[in-house]
Amino acid sequence: MEKLSFRLTAPNRAGGTRAQTIVGVVASGNLEVLLERSLPAGTCTIDIATAAHGFGAVWDAVVRDFVARRAAGGLRISINDGGARPDTVALRLAQGVRKIEEPER
Amino acid sequence: MSDWGIQKAALGERLAAGQQHARGKVVPIPSLPAFLKAVIRSGDRVCLEGDNQKQADILASALANLDPRHVHDLHMVQSGVVLPSHLDIFEKGIARRLDFSYSGPQSARIARMLFGGKIELGAVHTYLELFARYFIDLTPNVALIAAVSADKDGNLYTGPNTEDTPTVVEATSYKNGLVVAQVTEIVDKVPRVDIPGDLVHFVVEAGRPFYVEPLFTRDPAAITETQILTAMLAIKGIYAPYGVRRLNHGIGFNTAAIELLLPTYGEKLGLKGKVCTHFALNPHPTIIPAIEAGWVEQIHCFGSEVGMEDYVAARSDVFFTGPDGSLRSNRAFCQTAGLYACDMFIGSTLQIDLEGHSSTVTTSRIAGFGGAPNMGSDPRGRRHPSEPWLKAGAEADPDSNAALRRGRKLVVQIGETFGERNTPLFVERLDALDLAQELKLDLAPVMVYSDDVTHIVTEEGIANLLMCRSKDEREQAIRGVAGYTDIGRARDAKLVDQLRQRGVIRRPEDLGIDPLDADRRLLAARSIKDIMLASGGLYRPPSRFRNW
Repeated sequence: MEKLSFRLTAPNRAGGTRAQTIVGVVASGNLEVLLERSLPAGTCTIDIATAAHGFGAVWDAVVRDFVARRAAGGLRISINDGGARPDTVALRLAQGVRKIEEPER
Repeated sequence: MSDWGIQKAALGERLAAGQQHARGKVVPIPSLPAFLKAVIRSGDRVCLEGDNQKQADILASALANLDPRHVHDLHMVQSGVVLPSHLDIFEKGIARRLDFSYSGPQSARIARMLFGGKIELGAVHTYLELFARYFIDLTPNVALIAAVSADKDGNLYTGPNTEDTPTVVEATSYKNGLVVAQVTEIVDKVPRVDIPGDLVHFVVEAGRPFYVEPLFTRDPAAITETQILTAMLAIKGIYAPYGVRRLNHGIGFNTAAIELLLPTYGEKLGLKGKVCTHFALNPHPTIIPAIEAGWVEQIHCFGSEVGMEDYVAARSDVFFTGPDGSLRSNRAFCQTAGLYACDMFIGSTLQIDLEGHSSTVTTSRIAGFGGAPNMGSDPRGRRHPSEPWLKAGAEADPDSNAALRRGRKLVVQIGETFGERNTPLFVERLDALDLAQELKLDLAPVMVYSDDVTHIVTEEGIANLLMCRSKDEREQAIRGVAGYTDIGRARDAKLVDQLRQRGVIRRPEDLGIDPLDADRRLLAARSIKDIMLASGGLYRPPSRFRNW
């Protein structure tokens, strides 16, 4: 298990009011993303526990693009990764941001 | 005075030798080993029928069981090296030289044997190319073929899996070669005559059907959201603007996703009747929902597909069928159709380099080509115009005289930026180059050459290589859709942005596609069972695809 942590300045504040949400599943080639609204609006942290070693540079690129493009400000994000491909990671992160914007049902 | 009857005389000798072990044209199974030993000569060029689908498996095993002291140094000229016995023939020293096209499941072993010097490689061909050589310089002395049934005169019924048989028989029999067929059974009258009996010298009643691999069945349950996104990009960003009506689809999950999105996403875009009306295509189960929704007018097939027989027979308005009702496939004709009468090929690959060359070869596997390089190439002999062909030609060369300008076939490579086990699709250098070096080949085995490929589609967007005006632009267009691979991360962001402004690169948002809409609910069938239901129960999936 490799652990990676990022603390990034986030230009766009996460929408909606939900306190937290979760998307995805921990499975081979997939990942679970927990998003909690618990940080100042201009900050996003991402903590990753991954089964795949040696992909730090790819994670760095994926999470930086994510925070720059999506509304991730104020979110504390935790990822349990089962060796997902970067496209799946980017998709789950985007799904998470969309879900936390939705009103509670 | 020359003797002009040497080949005829040699055939006569083989026929007489074979006759010792046959009753009429029929060779009983127990006599098969002695029969083969009698009719095959060391050094013969032998075509053992088999491609990516059907296999003359009984004859293959019998050939592999010959004693190399009696028969050796054969030169195998065959479409597919697929069964273990195909390589046992080389392992045992019965055959030495090989010219072939496809080796899917044996790709690792064939690579080991090439490195080990057990096989002397002629060349790896496309199907159509190997067929062409059967008529010029690789004409078989003996063809060992497969059919469903035969009558006592040797008339053959090949059923839905006719595939390569007419081509192999034509080249062999009309050039004084010997044709031996394995059949499931001998009947009084065959359901239809696929091969006339006077071209077939002997038949072997195998008592069971020849082996067929369900190679074109893709389980929709395994299609990912990213593959759906690439399919949406292809439909909206390529099929729609070019108006692609005549095309061939590759075998992968991305194109399966496209087939399953036609009745849903394609319908929503108003594309029915405007795209995907005519195919050169095997009967993919995943095309059923589109056929049932009235999208497809006509399909010609290279081969059949296990479980699709009844469905095809019930849809003779779409498929080519015989008087007996079943599919008539023909690989040589369908490859020709795909080359000259289709405006687009779209398929997946394993590696793409910075120029746009693509290859499915990795250093430890030689999977061969099959038909993809033929489908995925621009036919220089084409002369008839069509809208997509002219539009692509104009994009590649906007300033020349339109009446003197060649059109271009759309050759699209589609895939995710990372494949299985996180292997990047984009590479600095193709593994095929290392392989060529190690085996001292003149040519690296390239599936689709850079100058044939027109578009690359990944989840990050579409690169239109027709619109690139320099080597540098081309490289950045490829890097610009290469996602988080090393190739993608090393892009020149400014140049990529300029290419995007010009529409050379188009992102999902440039096409009005939200990646979050790439949802499995868009698939017209989400499981094999759904496909079976869509067919009204006519599609009968093989047991390995049934999980209910």
